[in-house]
Amino acid sequence: MKTLQYFLLLAFLGVLIVAVTNLPPRGDVTSPVHQHVNPAGTPVAGTYFIQHAYKDTKTPNMVTVILADYRAFDTLGEVIVVFAGGIACFFILNVGRRKP
Amino acid sequence: MSTSNKELCSKETAMMAPTESPIIHLASRGISPVILLIGLYVFFHGHYSPGGGFQGGVLLAAAILLLRLSLGTSLSQPIMPSWITLRLSALGALIFAGIGLVSILFGGNYLDYHYLPIPWLDPAYLRYYGILLVEVGVTITVMTTLVAIYDDLLGC
Amino acid sequence: MLEFIQGYYAYIFLATAFTIGLYGMMVKQNLMKKVLGMSIVAATTIMFWIVGAYKEGAGVTVLDPRYGVENPEMYLNPLPHTLMLTAIVVAVVTLGVALALLIGIYREYKTLDEPTLLERMK
Repeated sequence: MKTLQYFLLLAFLGVLIVAVTNLPPRGDVTSPVHQHVNPAGTPVAGTYFIQHAYKDTKTPNMVTVILADYRAFDTLGEVIVVFAGGIACFFILNVGRRKP
Repeated sequence: MSTSNKELCSKETAMMAPTESPIIHLASRGISPVILLIGLYVFFHGHYSPGGGFQGGVLLAAAILLLRLSLGTSLSQPIMPSWITLRLSALGALIFAGIGLVSILFGGNYLDYHYLPIPWLDPAYLRYYGILLVEVGVTITVMTTLVAIYDDLLGC
Repeated sequence: MLEFIQGYYAYIFLATAFTIGLYGMMVKQNLMKKVLGMSIVAATTIMFWIVGAYKEGAGVTVLDPRYGVENPEMYLNPLPHTLMLTAIVVAVVTLGVALALLIGIYREYKTLDEPTLLERMK
């Protein structure tokens, strides 16, 4: 059983390395994700955000602009997930202890 | 509810600090305000440098958790009481959702800061202040939730 | 060959670290070690996105008045940074909930070892 697990993990590592070496190399400026227009002909999100963030909000930090303006729904979901995690911890650890 | 757990949470041990060392007490009480200040800087300067609500909230929580670790839960209650953490967390999420509702009430889409009711500002600067208000809610939620999880895990 | 190593060493290192985390989740019998493996997998995924956002010769994603917005090659890709910023906090909260569940299990069954736990749950 253990041998099968180790063999599966090694096979998975091989698959991951083969998949990873087919990506564009690290720091390649000409990879499709860093272009203005991707091979399908639609604009790329990252470049659009770089070019329009300051004009839209007068905020130099693009990460903040994307976090709280362009993707505000996403951040709202994250905040609710964080709050739900706190509530879950409270109920898991405190509810059973009241009635010993 | 084992006996060891009850002993750990009894009245006498809860009043004691986890360590008697004066070096750790002094050092943590000296470093904690500095971390608080760095957290506030990272949060309020998040528009102009790397930083923002999540990072600032985690730093503020780190300052409180340092006091919780070194001084013990009961001695570090004045900086943030245990009963207030989850309520402040809900308040932060409510601030975030409330900003979105305000922009619905004034005729825009949900979370569209363009429609916030501050008439003498440009739309771009309206978005600037909308981002700042939203980050306040994010900071409060992240900070208090991390402290609440620590308190619950300790169970005292 | 040197070019290949320079281009892919980060990816290969991350694939190895991902497999190590998966090893902890699959093979180890202690539930605490499984949670540590989950944490390693989360951290590896986050670092993978950050490596994917890197551009040669680019700076941080804060608008620099010297460069302007006309040549986006001067800034890192801000979208993966944003996504991972939220993912870090969610990973921390997930870890907290997992630890809370472990504490609940230990209070109920007095063990974290998986075969013993299955034995006692019968």
